Amino acid sequence: MTTATTPVRTAARPSAPAPGRRAKRSGLGKRLELALLLGPALLVFVGFVLVPIGIAAFYSLFEWNGFGPLDDFIGLDNYADAFKGGVFQGAIVHNLIIAGLSIVVQLPLSIGLAMLLNRKLRGRAVLRALVFAPYVLSEAITAVIWVLMLQPNGFADQVLKGAGLGGLVHQWLADPGIVLYTLFAVITWKYVGFGIILLLAGLQGVPAELREAAALDGASAWQITRHVVLPLLGPTIRIWIFLSVIGSLQLFDIVWIMTTGGPANASTTMATYLVDHGFKRYEFGFGSAVAVILFVICFVFALLYQRFALRRDTQGALTRMVG
Amino acid sequence: MRSRRFGMATGYLAAIVVLGVTVVPLLFVVFGGFRTNAQINSDPAGLPGPWVTDNYASVLGSSAFWTFLGNSALIAVIATAVAVGLGSMAGFALSRYQFKGREALYTLFTLGLLFPLTVATLPLYLWLRQLGMLESFWGVAIPEAAFSLPVTIVILRPFMHAIPGELEDAAVLDGATRLGFFWRILLPLSTPALTTVAVLAFVTSWNAYLLPLLVFNDSAHFTLPLGVATFQSQYSQDTARVLAFTALSMIPALAFFVLAERRIVGGLTGSVKG
Repeated sequence: MTTATTPVRTAARPSAPAPGRRAKRSGLGKRLELALLLGPALLVFVGFVLVPIGIAAFYSLFEWNGFGPLDDFIGLDNYADAFKGGVFQGAIVHNLIIAGLSIVVQLPLSIGLAMLLNRKLRGRAVLRALVFAPYVLSEAITAVIWVLMLQPNGFADQVLKGAGLGGLVHQWLADPGIVLYTLFAVITWKYVGFGIILLLAGLQGVPAELREAAALDGASAWQITRHVVLPLLGPTIRIWIFLSVIGSLQLFDIVWIMTTGGPANASTTMATYLVDHGFKRYEFGFGSAVAVILFVICFVFALLYQRFALRRDTQGALTRMVG
Repeated sequence: MRSRRFGMATGYLAAIVVLGVTVVPLLFVVFGGFRTNAQINSDPAGLPGPWVTDNYASVLGSSAFWTFLGNSALIAVIATAVAVGLGSMAGFALSRYQFKGREALYTLFTLGLLFPLTVATLPLYLWLRQLGMLESFWGVAIPEAAFSLPVTIVILRPFMHAIPGELEDAAVLDGATRLGFFWRILLPLSTPALTTVAVLAFVTSWNAYLLPLLVFNDSAHFTLPLGVATFQSQYSQDTARVLAFTALSMIPALAFFVLAERRIVGGLTGSVKG
């Protein structure tokens, strides 16, 4: 999710013109400077981000194995095939389940823990750093750690049995009915620290006087939380939701390493489906169609969310993009 | 007063639970590396007894771990240098020059925030194959830098814009060219923002898995995340050694985090405070 952690960093966009107050300079020198400054970034950005995405859209119209001539134009058949296939539909559902669970489980968990940890506890700094530790590890290392923890009769099973919860023991990664929730638990372990840190930063912005005033007026702790703290956390929560949903839609590393989408496609996501078809079966045309669908889903979500939820928080570039 | 004490108690209780859930898996890995497979199999959740250092020694003595570590570092340094270098130049142009199409260009870069790498992987792979960049560190570093550029520019532009115009005027009066102003005054003043974007780009590259997975076939080129995952499936019978390997792989990321915590957290939360 690292690449997706920052899409909404729309810090105040400069609205005034550039502050340099000097008179207009000769056109040629300025153009040369601009070309020198902007050229390399544009070249790299266009060449390795925009062009590949454009090409994906083009390839998606062909039946093609990635080698040989690109001559089997089949229009939108790849898209039709993708949506006809139960596995891909399942993958979309899995992504949506993870996104939904994140909002229903991770968000309240993060808010609750952030509020509890916001007190003046001893060792708070160390605590915050440690809570954040899993977020710093790569998804690959996280996945390997949990594969090892969840082995049959392994660490997790022994701890459960030791706690008298032996009845809960499952084939964590091999049971199709469980595997998606196991993966969700691993994702939660990795990312809940991120949520806590984000929300703790948000809580710093809630003035203590507001709570005290509410308390003087006789508000209960719950009422203060509900009517003072949560509304002020609104922007943080809305951004968290955005990052979380985008991350859930693009889920790949953890799933690929822990289950490669199995067993029996029970944990396939759109991204694992894409890599599986593209690179393992050499269905480049079809894989590209899946990529375009994934992109459109993320894009539409981002635009709608920006328009209806984030707009009041950030007056940023994304807002302009929609407008 | 009583409710406050109760609040503190629940605070500590929550802290302990959170710590346990967060840290225990990490300790399992670290301690597991000091055990034998027999110990792990008979008592998966036990402590080392006796402590065995063979696993760590064999990982540290093998070239694989160091190769992966070196590859990751090299790629992350290239990706960071390219992203920050090109990003700061573009950020300068987009924040302190006036020209037609400036806002459109900026929007184009911000659009990149919405493009997941996954979407581009298939054509990116073919594109890199065509450019002869498969199995090359540049083949991973340059695309990673490209995908880091939007964030870099979105953070740098407002920062550079906020630096007072008087400074620029003064520099020009003293005979500096615009590029001289950029190099000698604006960049040094932008250090806080530059550090933030550098840390973000570095961490993104360091943790990347999918792109190295596609570009590298030869294990001599593997990065640490790729190496850990491959090592785990290769030696799945030798759990103790995999645990030692994983434990050692966690160290750079955790150490880097300790050093750069403020920048990482600041970079992630900065935008949310508004």
